[in-house]
Amino acid sequence: MSEYKSVNEIKKDTKKNESKKIEDRGILNGLEQLTPEKIESVINQVINDETGARLKVYVDTCVHCGMCSKGCHFFLSLNDPKFSPAGKVKQTLWEILRKKGKVSTEFIKDAATVAYTQCNLCKRCAMYCPFGLDVAYVMSVMRRICHKLGVVPLYIQDTAHSHSATMNQMWVKDDEWVDTLMWQEEEAQEAMENLRIPLDREGADIFYSVIGPEPKFRAQLIFQAAVIMNAAHENWTMPSMPGWDNSDMCMFTGDYEMMERLKRRHFESALHLRAKRIVMGECGHAFRSVYDVGNRALGWKMPPIEVVHAIEYYNELFEQKKIKIKKKFDRPVTLHDPCNISRGRGLHEMARNIVNATCSEFIEMTPNREHNYCCSAGGGVINCGPPFKNARVESGKAKAKQLFAAKAKGAEVVIAPCHNCHGGLEDIIHHYGVEMELKFFGDIIYEILELPES
Amino acid sequence: MHNFYYFATGPLAWIAFLVFIGGSIWRFRSLLELARRKDSIVFEYMDTKFALRSIVHWLIPFGSRSMKINPTMTVVTFLFHICLFLTPLFVFGHVILWKENFNISWFTLPNAVADIMTFIVIASCLFFLWRRIKLADVKYLTTPLDFIILFIVAAPFISGFWAYHQFPGFATMTIIHIISGEIMLMAIPFTKLFHMFLFPFTRGYIGSEFGGVRMAKDW
Repeated sequence: MSEYKSVNEIKKDTKKNESKKIEDRGILNGLEQLTPEKIESVINQVINDETGARLKVYVDTCVHCGMCSKGCHFFLSLNDPKFSPAGKVKQTLWEILRKKGKVSTEFIKDAATVAYTQCNLCKRCAMYCPFGLDVAYVMSVMRRICHKLGVVPLYIQDTAHSHSATMNQMWVKDDEWVDTLMWQEEEAQEAMENLRIPLDREGADIFYSVIGPEPKFRAQLIFQAAVIMNAAHENWTMPSMPGWDNSDMCMFTGDYEMMERLKRRHFESALHLRAKRIVMGECGHAFRSVYDVGNRALGWKMPPIEVVHAIEYYNELFEQKKIKIKKKFDRPVTLHDPCNISRGRGLHEMARNIVNATCSEFIEMTPNREHNYCCSAGGGVINCGPPFKNARVESGKAKAKQLFAAKAKGAEVVIAPCHNCHGGLEDIIHHYGVEMELKFFGDIIYEILELPES
Repeated sequence: MHNFYYFATGPLAWIAFLVFIGGSIWRFRSLLELARRKDSIVFEYMDTKFALRSIVHWLIPFGSRSMKINPTMTVVTFLFHICLFLTPLFVFGHVILWKENFNISWFTLPNAVADIMTFIVIASCLFFLWRRIKLADVKYLTTPLDFIILFIVAAPFISGFWAYHQFPGFATMTIIHIISGEIMLMAIPFTKLFHMFLFPFTRGYIGSEFGGVRMAKDW
């Protein structure tokens, strides 16, 4: 039966994967502080105080049928049963609940590796499990336990530290932030005279927020956004003080207290300026944190102020004819649907509207929309840094095949409206020799935008 | 042997039904109580329309992509679950017992059909057994309890088939049939067999999250 892989076939792959043990200093140093008593008490505190029927039902209802396997790009790429979603539950909460928290430091080490680096929390498996069991939630509980045990991969913990020290992910200092905005404003004025990046404007229609890496590594995205906003004659603003960063690695390390502080600062920053709504740059995880996770943690069923992702915003610009284009982008494009805004917010059809409004030739990759494969970088996995890079890129094999198939149909450019996806896809494209160019929607719109006469 | 037969069809049958119904109510109530205290989020986001939307898609054969890419499993699980439910309810031998004991009766399946359905259940169990032994990902997840549950489900059908066709030792097999059926009933509230009752809730909840918040399909 072609739909199944035999045990022998998979055994070979398993051996291959087992030979590579990754050592991470954050995890190892954390383990040194642990005692069996501490492990047990922390686990039971989290299980008893922070979880309830959901976790119990998710672990108890799973009938071990394996239908989730094909829902996971890790399993599809590596052919190892340890990477099936239920297999990851087996290596984490399943054992923890069975042993009532009496697990070894060695177990915690492996469980932390599984939860932080072998699951992108993309929730695709919930669409493949007949019961809709949410393995991403179970992995989040495991991360929460690891955070409380102090066993977190070094690189992502560094970003969490940055969040708590500076309220942004990249150790950007307050003056550097304003300086970057003014620098980008000046640069953009070359393209468009009288262009402004208005800081702290009260009552603006749009409060534009970005992720920490934008001022740090991809400042041109702020430049492009400023040009688009000005071309559309928007009444917009960006905050000059902390609260500008909508990203959230604390959500992924399991540091929910810090996540709450970050989200509160971001919302309050917009509310303080009496902005009508928040428009966010092309980021997936930040959108998840602001639209879905952070607001709940703070007790809001839905965000206290309207939150609009760049895709919704661009779609609106074209629908309301607020911007004009010179001519359509003429190279064949394909579209990667990021988990957090497609499966997380159903923006895939709007994304296609933008493609049709801006590009002359569109080639779908399959599977697509809610069923698209994750880039393997999301859920904080890419933020766990260099120690896990090779493993991450290997788990993107299914993604590489999907890209090659789109390329075979003629696609030359991949549009990925998410920063993490960019990082992940860049590595995959490079490693597997896919040779496709990667772009944000902002890149394309900026390139073909007809600038209004000043 | 006669005494044992009367015990199995009398007191033990009552106990089995009581444990099944009482146990299921208890399990439900304790989960509901826990959810009330700890997972208020579930009640906040549960949405009847989106829950039903998801449940319906997953109750239609090949209604989800997951089912489409696992065609054999889909056909087998649907046939298995349908036969597992309908056969014991409508097989002539069972309906006659209700008629004799409580003077109520309903539609019965032609014997040949009941035979085929029983066979489907047994064959499906063999298929599930094969998956648990042969497919690496399923094997990795399988625990000894999974084999026991599979056996608990298959046993009443194997013994029922045996007894009905009066194969050698069918009298003993009849008693085994009754007892194994009662064991299965009693096992439901305390094992993964309880998934039959939890399905609408787990599916409904993820369906509500996908429909109401994520505005995406979950099938």
